[in-house]
Amino acid sequence: MLELRDLDVHYDGVHALRGLSLTVGPGEIVALLGNNGAGKTTTLSAASGLVRPSGGAVTFDGRDITREKAHKIAALGLVHVPEGRRVFSTLTVHENLQLGGYLVRDHAEIRRRVDRVYDVMPRLAERRAQQGGTLSGGEQQLLAIGRAMVTGPRLLLLDEPSMGLAPLIVASVMETIAQINAEGTSVLLVEQNAVAALKIAHRGYVMENGACVLQGSAAELREDTRVAEAYLGG
Amino acid sequence: MTQLVWNGLFVGSFYALVALGYSMVYGIIKLLNFAHGDLYMLGAFVGFAILGAAGGVSPAMTLPVLLAVLVATMAGTGLAGVALERIAYRPLRHAPRLSLLITAVGASFALEYGMRAGAGADPRVYPVRLDGASFEVLGARVTLQQLVLIGLAVVLMAGLNLLVTRTREGRAMRAIALDPRTSRLMGIDVDAVISRTFFIGSALAGAAGVMAGAYYGKIDFLMGFLIGLKAFTAAVIGGIGNIPGTMLGGLLLGLLESFGTFWLGGEWRDVFAFGVLILFLTVRPTGLLGERVVERV
Repeated sequence: MLELRDLDVHYDGVHALRGLSLTVGPGEIVALLGNNGAGKTTTLSAASGLVRPSGGAVTFDGRDITREKAHKIAALGLVHVPEGRRVFSTLTVHENLQLGGYLVRDHAEIRRRVDRVYDVMPRLAERRAQQGGTLSGGEQQLLAIGRAMVTGPRLLLLDEPSMGLAPLIVASVMETIAQINAEGTSVLLVEQNAVAALKIAHRGYVMENGACVLQGSAAELREDTRVAEAYLGG
Repeated sequence: MTQLVWNGLFVGSFYALVALGYSMVYGIIKLLNFAHGDLYMLGAFVGFAILGAAGGVSPAMTLPVLLAVLVATMAGTGLAGVALERIAYRPLRHAPRLSLLITAVGASFALEYGMRAGAGADPRVYPVRLDGASFEVLGARVTLQQLVLIGLAVVLMAGLNLLVTRTREGRAMRAIALDPRTSRLMGIDVDAVISRTFFIGSALAGAAGVMAGAYYGKIDFLMGFLIGLKAFTAAVIGGIGNIPGTMLGGLLLGLLESFGTFWLGGEWRDVFAFGVLILFLTVRPTGLLGERVVERV
């Protein structure tokens, strides 16, 4: 449903993506692995309209969105959860979630979706009146994902959801992502924590210097010695 | 004593109306819009033009006519604010902050001297005055027109507060103030919301301009300069970017001036106001209600 073809991105004089191609199919979790600076975040930003590619094409459900504006892309159901969670710090948990429903005109529908997030993430329900900035790192990550869920995405772009979280919390965040996927939302998951990502992903790509150097099923990537050496600490 | 309080609250509610636009614009794009006071001046002139075109006003109809003029003027100055943002500020959204600030000063001069070129340098006498009986409340002399104007200001401010705290649009404004990039990822059309913020802020300034014209009776092309600075002071006192704080700041500045004038003499009024500004900028730059949120990473 998402296809990036021969994508080139330059910014601030850096050639951040060099002919990157990848696809995400319906119902899939696809992991995008690689070291710092490999271009993973740029890939997501190019897909969601935050940066303009200088070459190549982005299509979503067969529609060319290469030069579409970010807020229009979000409206199509391609929703980017940025790195560092980016929770609105002085808005309450509840207001953060309501903002996810910005494009939904039907109040009852927004309420239904927000309640659904509270069902999946009971910790957020307990803290609904608290300011977003006062939550712990793991809770903020859940809030960022929950807020994106309220938009009604068909494909979620998640950027380093495990960043800065304790291993136990990482496991629970990954479990939540798998659960969201099981209910029908596709996921493109950028991670440095390859072990955690490959546990829930169906397929994966490995990036280096702005291009894809390796791809395969999650099982293949787990077995691949190059991946093991570089990212799995083996 | 009660007279001083009443006078202070009355002037303060004007300051608050103008300061709100200042504060909203600062909150959402971190721009000190120095042309904001001139939108107040523009409002006074737009109201003047509409009243002039309508011919004379029968005394019995003063209030309804004034309300109609107020609404029309708010629409006019609101659109002027939107145009200002579109032409002068949006192209500089990603430029250094200082360029934007200097552009705002330039926009202020453009509005002031554009108005002088168009309407002349002489003060104009407002064709409508709210005359009314005065009566005593707790020892203070209060006129009907003051009550009407303060009532209008309160209604406008309460409406704004509801908009910002309770509605989808208000949430979007607060979200953009915190993080415009992430707001776009929620499907918010950031440029459109910024335009509407300028519309609302400018409309409030325009309303204050008409009210000032009707109350003081005289308007001129430089009338926005001082009130712009006063509104800035009010916003700093309350906490710039913070809506209830700005309202509080406006009222407090009115009270401070009223008492300062009484104790020190009228010629010290502006010295007193800007002394307070300097004091706040040194001691508590976040204002009374502006607070830093402790963020965990």
